[in-house]
Amino acid sequence: MKPSPFDYNAPESLEEALSVLARVGGDGKVLAGGQSLLPILNMRLAAPAHIVDINRVAELAYVRVEPDAVHVGALARHADVERDEAAHGALPLLRQALQLVAHPVIRNRGTTVGSLAHADPSGEMTAVLALTGGSVTAARQGATREIAAADFFAGPLESSLEPGELAVSARFPRFPGRTGTAFVEVARRHGDYAVCGLAAAVTLDASGAVESARAAYISMAPTPLVLDLTEAVTGRTPAAADWSAAGEVAGGQVEPEADIHASVDYRRHLARVLTARALAEAAGRAA
Amino acid sequence: MSADQGEVLHAVRLRVNGVWHEAEVPARRLLSDFLRHDLRLTGTHVGCEHGVCGACTVLLDGQPVRSCLMLAVGARDHQVTTVEGLGTADDMHPVQRAFRECHGLQCGFCTPGFLTTVAAFLDENPSPSEVEAREAVSGNLCRCTGYQNIVASVLRAAEITRDES
Repeated sequence: MKPSPFDYNAPESLEEALSVLARVGGDGKVLAGGQSLLPILNMRLAAPAHIVDINRVAELAYVRVEPDAVHVGALARHADVERDEAAHGALPLLRQALQLVAHPVIRNRGTTVGSLAHADPSGEMTAVLALTGGSVTAARQGATREIAAADFFAGPLESSLEPGELAVSARFPRFPGRTGTAFVEVARRHGDYAVCGLAAAVTLDASGAVESARAAYISMAPTPLVLDLTEAVTGRTPAAADWSAAGEVAGGQVEPEADIHASVDYRRHLARVLTARALAEAAGRAA
Repeated sequence: MSADQGEVLHAVRLRVNGVWHEAEVPARRLLSDFLRHDLRLTGTHVGCEHGVCGACTVLLDGQPVRSCLMLAVGARDHQVTTVEGLGTADDMHPVQRAFRECHGLQCGFCTPGFLTTVAAFLDENPSPSEVEAREAVSGNLCRCTGYQNIVASVLRAAEITRDES
């Protein structure tokens, strides 16, 4: 068998899940969609003593659209969020990003909150949480806390969740009116981890000029990197704005690392080009 | 390879291709291995065993999923469809007929994963464009065909299904 032996727990309610997590503490690992955890177990990169399978905790399987934000429960699959028309209407960036998360079959099983908790620096949804200024709600027996995106991602593959805690939901705030968004990335093959990618949001003022231009990058830093690029394009209409100038600013601020897929220079080049492309695309959608 | 290591066994009851099965397995038994070893349904192939190749794709309650990225205990009470459940040699599924007609396979190792993925895809999108067909199989690797005939098979399967409905 591929994974090492573990004790298997399959709680049927949130209360039971938190009680199991309190008991097993740091020896426990939560299993939701399993699309990152199972490969890690199969390759024996990790051997947790206890698996806490939350797939039967039906109360966490929801996508809820509220006036100010989209709330995603820990058991909502990527595909559930991607296909949710109300969530798409409220925050189109969710679907724009999810279409780039692995492949459709993986999205049928993988969960959005699980991918946030996995905190992969190339995970698209980490950038969405960062750019929207969202948060993750973590519960433990008898206590709940809300962790802002900026504090949630502690490092590569490391969230600030503590032993005994369960990420029960994520909150993705909506953007102000007249905001357009886009998610753009370059990967070696479609569906692979991005060599460089970014979520972009451009907001226009009442006169139709750019009021704000921001982007959040993946695969460029240990945690999602948010840059405010407004200064390079402020006050111009989307047609007159120099998006390449914003790309230059971004290229000067990112500090990517090299790996077998891309050098530092190439990643910086991608940041410049993709920033201009994503901001222009986002601005085109800001009406 | 299970009980002799002294591991706790879990009762798993699930419905595969319309038939209820029950077995006692360790929690770490993958659904892919459960199908092949415990139920002797060897139509589901295992390639990479970490979710990249797509050969082990089965339908869980009608949705394609990687069986190597699921625990058998996690499929408890669910319905699973493997390639054996799509059709038989005498009564092939339209997707199987299309793959035969269009030479959508050569060695056949990856084929069960393609067939299950495409069958579910066409249920959802009965008239895909070529781009959509390509996207639908983007998570399945084939080292023989170069994909051209696989994409042609997807489009042909849609055509056969339309003609016969």
